[in-house]
Amino acid sequence: MTEITSRRGLLFGAAAVSAGALLTGCTSNEPSESKDEPAGNNQPAADDKPGKQVTIGFAGPQADHGWLNAINDNAKSRAEKYSDVTLEITEGSNDTAQQIGQIETLINKKVDVLVVLPADGKALTQVGLKAMRAGIPVVNLDRIFNTPQAYRCWIGGDNYGMGLNAGHYIGEKLKGKSGARVIELAGLDNLELTKQRTQGFDDALKNYPNIKKVARQAAEFTVESGQAKMAQLLQAQSKFDALWNHDDDQGVGALRAIEQAGRDDFLMVGGAGALSAFQAIKQDDGVLKATVLYPPTMAASAIDLARALGQSKGIGGLAEFEIPSSLTLYSAVVDKTNVDQYMSTGFK
Amino acid sequence: MTQPVSPPLDSSTDKVPPARPPAWRGLLIRADVRTLSLLGVLAVLILIGGVTKPDEFLDTRNLQLVLTQASVIGVVTVGMTFVIVSGGIDLSVGAIVALASVWATTVATQEYGFAGILFTAVIVGVGCGLVNGVLIAYGAMVPFIATLAMLASARGLALQITDGKTQIVTVPSVLDLGERDAYVLGIPPLVMVFAVVTVIGWLVLNRTTFGRRTVAVGGNPEAARLAGIDVRRQRLYLYLLSGLCCGIAAFLLIVLAGSGQNTNGNLYELDAIAAAIIGGTLLTGGRGTIVGSVLGVLIFTTITNIFALNNLQSDVQQIAKGAIIVAAVLVQRRTASTT
Repeated sequence: MTEITSRRGLLFGAAAVSAGALLTGCTSNEPSESKDEPAGNNQPAADDKPGKQVTIGFAGPQADHGWLNAINDNAKSRAEKYSDVTLEITEGSNDTAQQIGQIETLINKKVDVLVVLPADGKALTQVGLKAMRAGIPVVNLDRIFNTPQAYRCWIGGDNYGMGLNAGHYIGEKLKGKSGARVIELAGLDNLELTKQRTQGFDDALKNYPNIKKVARQAAEFTVESGQAKMAQLLQAQSKFDALWNHDDDQGVGALRAIEQAGRDDFLMVGGAGALSAFQAIKQDDGVLKATVLYPPTMAASAIDLARALGQSKGIGGLAEFEIPSSLTLYSAVVDKTNVDQYMSTGFK
Repeated sequence: MTQPVSPPLDSSTDKVPPARPPAWRGLLIRADVRTLSLLGVLAVLILIGGVTKPDEFLDTRNLQLVLTQASVIGVVTVGMTFVIVSGGIDLSVGAIVALASVWATTVATQEYGFAGILFTAVIVGVGCGLVNGVLIAYGAMVPFIATLAMLASARGLALQITDGKTQIVTVPSVLDLGERDAYVLGIPPLVMVFAVVTVIGWLVLNRTTFGRRTVAVGGNPEAARLAGIDVRRQRLYLYLLSGLCCGIAAFLLIVLAGSGQNTNGNLYELDAIAAAIIGGTLLTGGRGTIVGSVLGVLIFTTITNIFALNNLQSDVQQIAKGAIIVAAVLVQRRTASTT
């Protein structure tokens, strides 16, 4: 029971984090009766009042990474929250062909709304179009389809914004320090999102002429690669002032390498929002001072949107009768000052 | 890119071999030519590193780093060399490392501390090796297929155990093993394990009946059978050995990364095979050296290190890595062409 409670708390907190008042109110202006979430999480969530029955088809990723696992968890537990929602869930897959097959099965089952986090947005565009043509609105989660015709609503994170906010945070921290040196531990370089995160970071740093990015190495979003690449970076750069690491999972390895090298002469900013990162930030006894969010709670919000679509409603807090066609979440910076607020959203 | 080719010292003796020398002697002579060419490649790399980044590259800490990073894949490669020498292949090494590392770091085993983690990692490695060995030796499955099946199922099981989550290690004695304080005479414990595995591997392959049987099975299984070697049992032991090495490597990885993750050991199978091939082990079996394989691993790790020190991006790294594999094998073929 405690698990459910905390998970629900996570969702409530998350809704506020990721979309602010936009998503939380949903159709009604009445905040839900929130009895069992932890204190401090009493912001209004989606309308709990049962409406028309909606069957949502969910085709998610294979959960081989902390963040992706959190995506599936968020979607499932959010759907459980609504008595009027039935979730038809397919087995998570990173394989394009397999996922196309799964979505086609969901179309054939005639679900009311589809939520899809594609293994590859471009490659799954056709099946998104197919669903839309079959009269099933698609909520496209995170990895975006090639054409807006393939989805009714897109909701996802802001990779460019992550880089931008990480850059600004570091820029402000190093303000007034002349000749400051910054390094970057990027994610998997063959993903477009990695390029976007780096672009945002570089653009932010342009505002701070006293800072120079002296090195960048790409890891693979895994602890092992984070440890290996960070160990090399530390050897290559005998002195630097700040590090931006794109991903908290590989950050576990990066922190391990930093500890093994006995280095503490710089500040580190992470990315994504893992529980272990939040805990380290709260303890404040290491180099990790902040992390930039890429909230997995977007999956819960996607279920909210899908439900609203199925019930032909808009979103509370907006004047519109319909849900928006796209929602880009904010990449908030979590540091010691606000970590408590976000703790419940941290994924393992 | 031409490497300074080390003189084929022993090629003349190879041309006119003395009447029926012992098998291990011929192996040793051929190995020497290859070893020298590999040392040449490594020397050139060290020169490049020393010239481009003298301060960072020629530093004790960097040497410790390179050897530490070579340790995990190095231990796997020693086991892989045995398997390839016997004419087999083990595609499941990376997946076994992943499974052993996540099983050994689940909360239940962490309660039993250092010994629990080490024991679980090794047992899981050996267990997977046993399954491979039984399937190949007694189930008459092609090694490629049997270990491919193990690759898939071990990765799946690793994912199931972790549920995609990172298992962070909380046992201090395990973590301490990777810290600078644990270095003895400047040598990290991980590197010592790697060295011990290498020496034992060399002794077993070159100085024992087991080693000679391995070479014989790889050279000509039918002839080995007629010579009275239990080929099936030999094969079983070899995959067990590879699994054991994966278990040890998984433990080293846990110490190094401070965690277990289902993505651990990604593409180790390809790295280990590449290192063994560069080291002069024939993919068709019957020939191979531990020293060559270990040099192959060191060459790879040094390349990665030099790239990182010079801040080259991963795309450049991958292209250059491919080019260097080709160059190393070509140099080796030239120096060894007379054998």
